Amino acid sequence: MEFLIEAFKKALFLIINLDRELLEIIFLSLKVSFSALIVASIFGIPLGAFLGMKKFPGKNAVIIFLNTGMGLPPVVVGLFLYMLFSRSGPLGFLHLLYTPTAMIIAQFVLAFPIVTALSQASIMKVDPIIKLTAKTLGATPFQVALTIIKEARYGILAGVIAGLGRVMAEVGAILIVGGNIAGYTRVMTTTIALETDKGNFELALALGIILLTISFLINITLYFIQKKGVPANTTWL
Amino acid sequence: MALELIVSKIWKIYEGRPVLRDLSFVFDRKRIYVIMGPNGSGKTTFLKICALLEVPDKGKVFYLNSDKKRLPKDINLFRKITYVFPEVGIFNASVFDNVAYGLKIRGFKKKEIVARVEEVLDFVGLIHKKKQNALTLSSGEAKRMGIARAIVIEPEFIFLDEPTAFVDMKNTEIIEKILLQIKEREKSTIIIATHDTYFASKVGDIILKLENGKLLTENSA
Repeated sequence: MEFLIEAFKKALFLIINLDRELLEIIFLSLKVSFSALIVASIFGIPLGAFLGMKKFPGKNAVIIFLNTGMGLPPVVVGLFLYMLFSRSGPLGFLHLLYTPTAMIIAQFVLAFPIVTALSQASIMKVDPIIKLTAKTLGATPFQVALTIIKEARYGILAGVIAGLGRVMAEVGAILIVGGNIAGYTRVMTTTIALETDKGNFELALALGIILLTISFLINITLYFIQKKGVPANTTWL
Repeated sequence: MALELIVSKIWKIYEGRPVLRDLSFVFDRKRIYVIMGPNGSGKTTFLKICALLEVPDKGKVFYLNSDKKRLPKDINLFRKITYVFPEVGIFNASVFDNVAYGLKIRGFKKKEIVARVEEVLDFVGLIHKKKQNALTLSSGEAKRMGIARAIVIEPEFIFLDEPTAFVDMKNTEIIEKILLQIKEREKSTIIIATHDTYFASKVGDIILKLENGKLLTENSA
């Protein structure tokens, strides 16, 4: 118990003193996760909107595939990408293995199905009367689509934040493709795993506290976004 | 000369039952036409076909311009007609943004949008609620907002489907006044579907009855 308290004290010391190594790790973690999330949103939201609005053969198969992707085990993603990017792999010539870019790609693969599937679900929930109303007010098909996306904005944002939660917390994929190289590819989750292995609980605990705080902030944001989506005293006609 | 709506020999059949049968009519005056009929008589179907939201099984619906030329069914025509649903269709945004929608998508400048929206909101008595989320309006207020959203774009044709459904007496009276004032402006032809006889007699210039799939003229003002 005593060593736990001691580790906790040292962790707080590192946080309060803005330890350089700690800051570098946090910065890289945020850079990797937010980059992956932005790319996942750029591709995922329009695809989700398309899936939510259009009917085409094989649509259900795509949705089932995406829903499966939401639960992809990160280590499997890591393994798959490792095989792709390794020297002898089909994309080995890109020399991406053990780089932050490979980590961004791995997290993109994890976030993309979440952002896409939740965007699609939010779009489908928009009342069909909204589409008709936009049309009868003179909107072009593109403007109608934008209006539906706007109506689904809170659900879409919730999907993006859920994607962020997923990538911030994962360790398996980035450990395999990033290699946990100090000062280059070492992020919060991989550091926690490594330092715990080495018995250096202070840094691991400090990062754990920060990771929990970020997770807490993500959930607060999610809560308020969802709350904002349904105004108080809503009258349903 | 106003835009004319020509309905020519239309048929609409649901589950083997003809709802509209060989129905023809010309809407050519900037007046209020009221289509009466009990529930299930095909009022909404007729209104949607007129507004080009549905297609008839047989027959033709088209619009003529002042030169009596048939207008193609494209975005230019769609922007001259608008339809207010019984459920209104409220965007999750402020009352102002809901009413401004039609102007924004037409590329109006912000200054003009503000001026026109405020004028119309004042007209329907909702100016004090312009910043409020439209989803929080009462049924009657929502109907008024729906009308405001339609008239702000100054369309040639406004279709109102059951404008007094789910609305209390006070709001029904306000809607009556609004419609009568719109009529005075002579900017739009208004076609209303309702089963409210009293409301129809108060606002209608031309009252039509939909019976057995046919449109019968009851009176003409």
